[in-house]
Amino acid sequence: MRAHYGKATAAFAMVSALTLAGCAGGGGGDSTAGGEGGSSCEPSSGPVDLTFTTWVPGMDKVVDLWNEENPDIQVKVQTGPNGNSGTYQNFFNQLQAGNAPDLGQIEYDALPNFRVQDGLENIASCENVSDAEDQFVDWTWGQVTFGEDDAVYAVPQDSGPMAMFYRKDLFEQAGIEVPTTWEEYAAAAEEIKAQGSYITNFPRGDVNWFAGNVWQAGGQWFSNDDEGWDVNLTGEESEQVANYWQGLLEKDQVSTLPSFSDEWNASFNEGDQWTWISAVWGASTLATGAPDTSGKWAVAPMPQWEDGGTAAGNWGGSSTAVLKGSEHPYEAAQFALWLNTDPEALALANELGGLYPAAKSATDLEAFSGGVEYFGGQKIYDVFAEASSNVDPNFTWGPTMTQTYTDVSDGFGKAIGGDGTLMDALTSGEEATVESLKSQSIPVKE
Amino acid sequence: MRRGNSPRGPRHSIMSRTGAMLIMGVFTLYFLTPIWWLLVSSTKTGGQITGTAPLWFTMESIPTFFSNIGRLFTYSDGVFGRWLLNSAIYAGLGALLGTIIAAMCGYALAKYEFKGREAIFNIVLSGVLVPATALALPLFLIFSEVKLTNTLWAVFLPSLVSPFGVYLARIYAAASVPGELLEAARLDGSGEIRTFFTVSTRLMAPALVTIFLFQFVAIWNNFFLPLIMLRDQTLFPVTLGLYAWNSQISQIPELRVLVIVGALVSILPLIAAFLALQRFWSSGLGAGSVK
Repeated sequence: MRAHYGKATAAFAMVSALTLAGCAGGGGGDSTAGGEGGSSCEPSSGPVDLTFTTWVPGMDKVVDLWNEENPDIQVKVQTGPNGNSGTYQNFFNQLQAGNAPDLGQIEYDALPNFRVQDGLENIASCENVSDAEDQFVDWTWGQVTFGEDDAVYAVPQDSGPMAMFYRKDLFEQAGIEVPTTWEEYAAAAEEIKAQGSYITNFPRGDVNWFAGNVWQAGGQWFSNDDEGWDVNLTGEESEQVANYWQGLLEKDQVSTLPSFSDEWNASFNEGDQWTWISAVWGASTLATGAPDTSGKWAVAPMPQWEDGGTAAGNWGGSSTAVLKGSEHPYEAAQFALWLNTDPEALALANELGGLYPAAKSATDLEAFSGGVEYFGGQKIYDVFAEASSNVDPNFTWGPTMTQTYTDVSDGFGKAIGGDGTLMDALTSGEEATVESLKSQSIPVKE
Repeated sequence: MRRGNSPRGPRHSIMSRTGAMLIMGVFTLYFLTPIWWLLVSSTKTGGQITGTAPLWFTMESIPTFFSNIGRLFTYSDGVFGRWLLNSAIYAGLGALLGTIIAAMCGYALAKYEFKGREAIFNIVLSGVLVPATALALPLFLIFSEVKLTNTLWAVFLPSLVSPFGVYLARIYAAASVPGELLEAARLDGSGEIRTFFTVSTRLMAPALVTIFLFQFVAIWNNFFLPLIMLRDQTLFPVTLGLYAWNSQISQIPELRVLVIVGALVSILPLIAAFLALQRFWSSGLGAGSVK
C-alpha cells in the first residue's frame, strides 16, 4: 500500500505544481490582500469557525481550552495519520479542491514543499505575529520564515533537539569514559564491540536523523535565492558524517536494525545498545520500548566534532501553518500563536501529545523542570534545552524532502548490504533530488 | 504426474495426496502464523512484546488481554468503538445495498434483450480492471465540488458500486434463472419487479451471498478512499483509525499495543461473516459446477 501510494504521490505532486499555480491566480482575490501591506490582515466581523488538522494525540483537549475562552472563534480539530503517511497529500488535494482546513500541522522539513506550491498564507502582517519572534527558539523561527523579509508562514510548534542517551551503568562497569567527541565515540564503539555489544544502531530509514547529524556538523543540504535552489547533499560536512558512520558500519561496530521495530526495541531492552543519539522525544520511546532498563540511562550532549564544541542537531518538530485560502487568516494566526505560547496549552500538549515546545518558555514548565525517574532522576530536559539553543539557525530543508528521504534511504540500505557507501547514497540522492525539482519546474542551480 | 497413467497408481495416489496435504499444510501455516502472532501479542504489555517469546503466551496473558481490550475501548474517549461502528455501517449497509444494485443490474443484463446491452456490459466489465485506488483522487475532487467530502456519504456512496458484482450476477442469472420460469410468472400476472424479488433472487441466492461477502470484505478493508475523503476522526472506519494510530507509534509508543489489539478485534467481524455465510457460499460454487 505504502509503496503504491508513494508513486501516486510523486505523480500527483507534478500535476498539482502546475494546477496550484493556476488556482493561486484565480482564487487569490482575498489572499493577495493578505500577502503584502500592513493593513491587510484584519479581524473578521462576527463569530468565526476554524478547522485545524493535526495528528498530535490529545490536541482536541488543548483546543477545548481555547474554545472556552474564545466563544467567537471556535476551532474544530480534525485528525489523520502523521504528515508523510497521508495528511500532507490530503492537504495538497484539499488545496487543489479549495477546501483545505484553515490551519494545519506541518513538519519543518515539509514546509518548503508547501511554500513552493503556494499552499501557505503569509501571516507576517497579522497582529502580534512578527513580534512573536523572540518567544521562539532561534532556529525554529528561521524554519517558518525561510529567511524572507516580512514573511511568516507558520508558527513553530515543537522541536526535537538532539543529545546522547547512554547506559550510565554499563559505561561505569566497563570503565569506559562517556564520549564527548566523535573521536572518543568511535574509540568507545570498538571497546563495546569487544564486549559483544553495540554502541548504537545505524537507522538506515531515518534520513532525517542523518540530516540532524549533518546539521550538527554545520552542513547545509539546501539553500535558495532568487536564482533557484542549490542542492548539496555531498558537502564537506556531509562527507565527514557519512565517512564516520561508514567506518563504524564496516567494522561492524553499530547494528543495522530497522528503527522502532520490535527487534530494535528488544535490543535496547536487553542491553545490546549502549547509546542512542536521538531527539528529546526519544525519552518516551526508550521508556516504553526498553522498560527493563529503567533507571540505568542518562543523557549527555551529542559528541562533538571539535573538542570543547557545543553544537547540536535537531530531529523532527513541526509548526502550525495557516493554509492558503483560509477566509480568516487573522483569527487563525491568533489561535496558532496562543496554541504554541500559552503555558497552559503547552503543558497540556506535552502531557497528552508528548510535544517538546518550540517556545523558549518551555523551560519554565513543570514537566521539564524536574528529574526523570527512568534516567535515574537526572534533569534531562536541561540538557535538551541547552542543545536547543545550540542548533544552527540557518539549516534549510528542500522542497521535495519525501523524495530525497526515499532515495537516500534506498542508497543507505544498499550501503549496509555492502553495495556502495553512504557517500554514494548521498551522491545519488542529490542527483535524484535535482531531477525531481526540475521535473516539477522548480528552478535549480547546477 | 496424474495417477491414472501409472501402473503403481495407488502408491502414487498416496504420495500425491501426502504431497497435496503437505503443501496445504505449509500454506495454512503461512496464513495462520501472523494471526496467531496477533492473538498472542494482544495478550502482552508493550514491554513483553519485545521481551518475551513472540509466539507464546505469558503467565499473565488473560488479565493483560482484558486490560488491553479495556484500554483499547477507552483510549481517546472510546473512539475505537466508534470506528468499529462506522466500519459496520459502511461495510454492512454498503454491501447490502451494493449487492441489491449489482443483482438487479446483472439480472437485467442477463434476462432482458435491449439495444446496447453488450456495450453496457463491456463498459461495466472494464470497470473491474480499474483499481479503486486510481479512482480515489478524482472522486475526491468530484465530492469537493458538491461539498460532500468529510461526510459519511463520501465513503458510503462509492462503496455501493461493484462492477465485479454485476459481472457475477449476470453470469449466474443467465445460468440459474430459466427464461421459461419468467414467462410463467408473467402469464400469472406477476410484475417484473415482483418476479425479480420473489422468484429470481431466490434462484440467485448463492451468487448474491458471494457478492455480499466480496463487497463486505472490500469495503471493510478499504483504506485509501477514507484516507483521502475523511478528516473528522469520528467518521473514520477502523482501518484508517488504526493506520493513524500506527503512524504515531514512534512518538506515542503506548499506541503499539492498542494497534495490535485493535487489529485483532477488527478482523473478528470478517471471520464471523465468513463463518456465518460460508455454507451458502460453498453451495453456490457447487451449484455452478454442476451446470
